[in-house]
Amino acid sequence: MSWVSMLSLIVSSTFVFSTPLIFTAIGGAFSENGGIVNVGLEGIMVMGAFSSVVFNLTFADTFGKATPWLGLVVGAIVGIAISLLHAMATINFRADHIISGTVINLLAPALSVFLVKAIYAKGQTDNIAQSFGYFSFPGLSKIPIIGPIFFKDTSLLAYIAILVAIFSWWVLYKTRFGLHLRSVGENPQAADTLGLNVYRLRYSGVIISGLLGGIGGAIFAQSISGNFSAGTIVGQGYISMAAMIFGKWNPVGAMGAALFFGFAQSLSIIGGQLPGIDKIPAVYLQVAPYVLTIVVLVLFLGKAVMPKADGTNYVKSK
Amino acid sequence: MLKVSQPVKRILVPLISIFLGFLVGAIVMLIFSYSPIQAYASMFQGALGSMSGIGETLRQATPLIFTALGFSVAYSAGFFNIGMSGQALAGWVASIWVALAFPSLPTYVLLPLAIIVGALAGGFVGAIPGVLRAFFGTSEVIVTIMLNYVVLYTSTYLLQNVMPKSFRSSTDSTQTITSHASLRMGWLQNAFGGSRINAGLFLALIAIIIFWIMMKKTTLGFEIRSVGMNPFASEYAGMSSKKTIIMSMVISGVLSGLGGVVEGLGTYQNFFTQTSSLSIGFDGMSVALLGGGSALGILLASLLFSILKIGGLGMQTGAGVPFEIVNIVIAAIIFFVAIDYVIGLLFKQKKAKDADAGAKPEQVIHQPKGGTEV
Repeated sequence: MSWVSMLSLIVSSTFVFSTPLIFTAIGGAFSENGGIVNVGLEGIMVMGAFSSVVFNLTFADTFGKATPWLGLVVGAIVGIAISLLHAMATINFRADHIISGTVINLLAPALSVFLVKAIYAKGQTDNIAQSFGYFSFPGLSKIPIIGPIFFKDTSLLAYIAILVAIFSWWVLYKTRFGLHLRSVGENPQAADTLGLNVYRLRYSGVIISGLLGGIGGAIFAQSISGNFSAGTIVGQGYISMAAMIFGKWNPVGAMGAALFFGFAQSLSIIGGQLPGIDKIPAVYLQVAPYVLTIVVLVLFLGKAVMPKADGTNYVKSK
Repeated sequence: MLKVSQPVKRILVPLISIFLGFLVGAIVMLIFSYSPIQAYASMFQGALGSMSGIGETLRQATPLIFTALGFSVAYSAGFFNIGMSGQALAGWVASIWVALAFPSLPTYVLLPLAIIVGALAGGFVGAIPGVLRAFFGTSEVIVTIMLNYVVLYTSTYLLQNVMPKSFRSSTDSTQTITSHASLRMGWLQNAFGGSRINAGLFLALIAIIIFWIMMKKTTLGFEIRSVGMNPFASEYAGMSSKKTIIMSMVISGVLSGLGGVVEGLGTYQNFFTQTSSLSIGFDGMSVALLGGGSALGILLASLLFSILKIGGLGMQTGAGVPFEIVNIVIAAIIFFVAIDYVIGLLFKQKKAKDADAGAKPEQVIHQPKGGTEV
């Protein structure tokens, strides 16, 4: 294998595995900048993956090539629906954020596998017919060396994810909405006295995390797993959350961290094809993303600089 | 509105949560045109309708008691241990390994040895997030979850690549352990219709009592609870919050490890490759949250969830309802427990003024000062 084709294999598989993490991690950044800790990202991804696969299987004949893209919309809507449960529990009903998020993580796999069994009478769906394939940028892919590595047979969604990250950074740090959202995450009392609607802003943060987490799950299902079962989403939501923390609650930082974790995840898949790495026992590559997550959190984070009021309930005085 | 006292309210809220959880399950079943009454009937029939059913329910409760106690100890110290699956798995693998390595040792040596090694393995896995949190401030939620996956993949690797070949009966499972290391007791199994109930149950009951004594009557338990309530005040009072956090996580891991030990030496008698995190981890957390962290609450909640789990299997065959419905019910119950504030609104508390002033200081803080309307 030439080094160009090796690099292009690494880059494209890193992109494919990072994309769901990038979307979900950005979603987490919105939720937590508004002050709501969202451990439920894992469950949101499960629902996004499940709903997009069901949609894809049902409507592949009708919509053809557009099906996976519409599947993203379906995943986003279902993601929002399940995130509303978390929003209601934490914002209105004063639930502990981690317990409420864990409930989402308990509920989502149970509900989705129940529905799969109720609909298909088996525990695992068929493989979808229309999935996100590889994409080559016209023109750019012809550039020598850089073209084959970055722009030929690559993941279009990864580039979209990077744009979404930059756009999200702009929304959070350069717009009035972003300032308001961060202020209710830092000091809800102060924000409230200035006339901001704390509850509505926190709801919007959680809803955006549902939207992006649902999309993340839908992308994973339609570009990597190809079907849905209880074993489709195994920790990607938690890794996204770690990526968000590693990225210091900043969408662009989260994107960088997600690319790193995506690279670690892809190694266990493509490792066998890479000279040198194929000698390493598979188990090391399997546990690498998880161990790296821990190491990174310990080494680079220390006492986290999370939004001050993250994880606390706000009770508006009468 | 009902007027109730604080202790009555503490009992009523979980009971209402359970009722609402079952209601959610019934609604989901109705939507998919299953009959909830038939399903719940076959569930209770499966779990409690025969001696073997009861035996299996008690057997299922055994590891849940351990993991729930483990969760509660850490939770009291303000530590959210979601890594019980991994800690239990470590205990399971380690205890089976010892049992297979020394098959001919007499029972009174081998059995305690296997149990202790399993418990220590769980304690070791639990200590990692404790140490990282105490010294580096790393979020234990992420670390414990990541360790679940690390232990999961490592356990398969240990089974397939590290254990001596003679330990394995196939690539995916070990040999059965000898009776010297088994927690099973013939008379107990016979009494419960040949189910897999085992002496682990007695260990679990002892653990509940020790847990109660430790949390309520010892200095360590007091320190754990005070660090959980206010680490800064505890430091000021001369306690080491670092030491307490680590200790609570080690104890939590040991208890979770024992949950895995009773699965290995009691229920399955071997170890086989796991495809996903052990369910006793998250179920134990659910048990602890429903039981409110009290010894009696944990016992009752573990029995309820075991009825759900064992009955759920009967429900699948008896009423054709997918097993996952019981996990939906459990998630719903914990959801209602989590929003206990709303359920609590249903009741008026007696002596409401005194209780409110003491119990809800945050409302005082949120009072706007200077009378500005918000």
